[in-house]
Amino acid sequence: MPSQPFEFFQRDRTLQPPALTPGYKTSVLRSPRLAMLSLQNSLSEVTGPVFGHGDIGALDHDLILNYAKTGEPIGERTIVHGRVLDETGRGIPNALVEVWQANAGGRYRHKNDTYLAPIDPNFGGCGRMLTDAEGRYVFRTVKPGAYPFRNQVNSWRPAHIHFALSGHGFAQRLITQMYFEGDPLIRHDSILNTIPDAAARERLVALLDMNAAVPLDSLAYRFDIVLRGRRQTVFENKLYGN
Amino acid sequence: MTQLTYLQETASQTAGPYVHIGLIPHQAGFDIFEKPFSNVLTTQETVGERIIIEGRVFDGTGAPCKDILLEIWQANAAGRYNHPADPQTDKPIDPSFRGWGRAGTDFTTGLFRFDTIKPGPVIGRSGHRMMAPHINVWIAARGINTGLQTRIYFADETDANAADPVLRIIDPPQRRDTLMARREMRADLVVYVFDIRLQGDGETVFFDA
Repeated sequence: MPSQPFEFFQRDRTLQPPALTPGYKTSVLRSPRLAMLSLQNSLSEVTGPVFGHGDIGALDHDLILNYAKTGEPIGERTIVHGRVLDETGRGIPNALVEVWQANAGGRYRHKNDTYLAPIDPNFGGCGRMLTDAEGRYVFRTVKPGAYPFRNQVNSWRPAHIHFALSGHGFAQRLITQMYFEGDPLIRHDSILNTIPDAAARERLVALLDMNAAVPLDSLAYRFDIVLRGRRQTVFENKLYGN
Repeated sequence: MTQLTYLQETASQTAGPYVHIGLIPHQAGFDIFEKPFSNVLTTQETVGERIIIEGRVFDGTGAPCKDILLEIWQANAAGRYNHPADPQTDKPIDPSFRGWGRAGTDFTTGLFRFDTIKPGPVIGRSGHRMMAPHINVWIAARGINTGLQTRIYFADETDANAADPVLRIIDPPQRRDTLMARREMRADLVVYVFDIRLQGDGETVFFDA
């Protein structure tokens, strides 16, 4: 018998950015220096908040319409879609996907963003949704712009969308960023380069998906996300799925 | 070479300075969702002792970080998680308590705050003792590449803490103190003060769980 049903596979830290990454300067003072304490999962880690459709509004996943005031936001109309999977390849249903981004000019609707590009009066820049029974999600937005940030004197972020994922256990919680295929700023990015593994970096670059584009309306990009998988044993009770 | 066909976990990236837009837009300066998530976990109906958790998050120079996102996940007053994997069917689920909330540290003071209830003790792994009442914490921010996981324990739960199977493996033992919230009374409010130190003297214990 496992001593904790539903426990997660150990996280492969070689695929994750270390805490201290001097190329991304803000990490220097915010990175723990002592070793993390390895902790076998208990009930506290294998459980996590459960979200339902009552939490989400009808337009929450439509960034073109969810803050439209006098018209629609400016920018390349873009569909982003994909699946949230676990490490065994199964889709994770009912995962909470939250996204946020800059507008087409590279400016965030945030009281601390002082970049000189203008705020778009019709763009909030955030959305959220639950995955369907197969772990699929989809949202509509405008493609974010690149913008400079204070790291080195001339540091720029490639166009990106922030993703926050809640699966079925608190130990699956993940925040990441999605990039767009072909962006020449990607190779210069000191944030993406905090990840030491080239293949792991590559998996954060969404591919253009012409089959999901809507002719005469929107381009589309595909981005799949993998959260930690659970150990399977013959003793396991079904937690979700069929 | 034959390889197993597991997928690999997506790499984490920093939440950045504008995490509020996506997760707590009101703090970014606007309202957009009909039902925003918040730092208040309770309703009038929630069962249990009302408490406030308050604290700050300090960087390696001892300065408070004013752009941190914190999320908490906890059992209800009886010590049961509102989740299908919790096998403690002898304890009631509280339908008015999800047990989860999120907060940002204040842009001016650096303080965060949760309004919640004190959780009950929860069973440990098979063969382990009961876990003392605790609240699970996850933090993300600019400069934090992978979200950090820790726990809040209650300093006044002396006996339960002494037997807790997680606290007991923290070595040296004085580092257990970094997970203790201190109980204070402010007028008729019960406040537990819990500060997090990312680096340096008194660095908080973070878990790779």
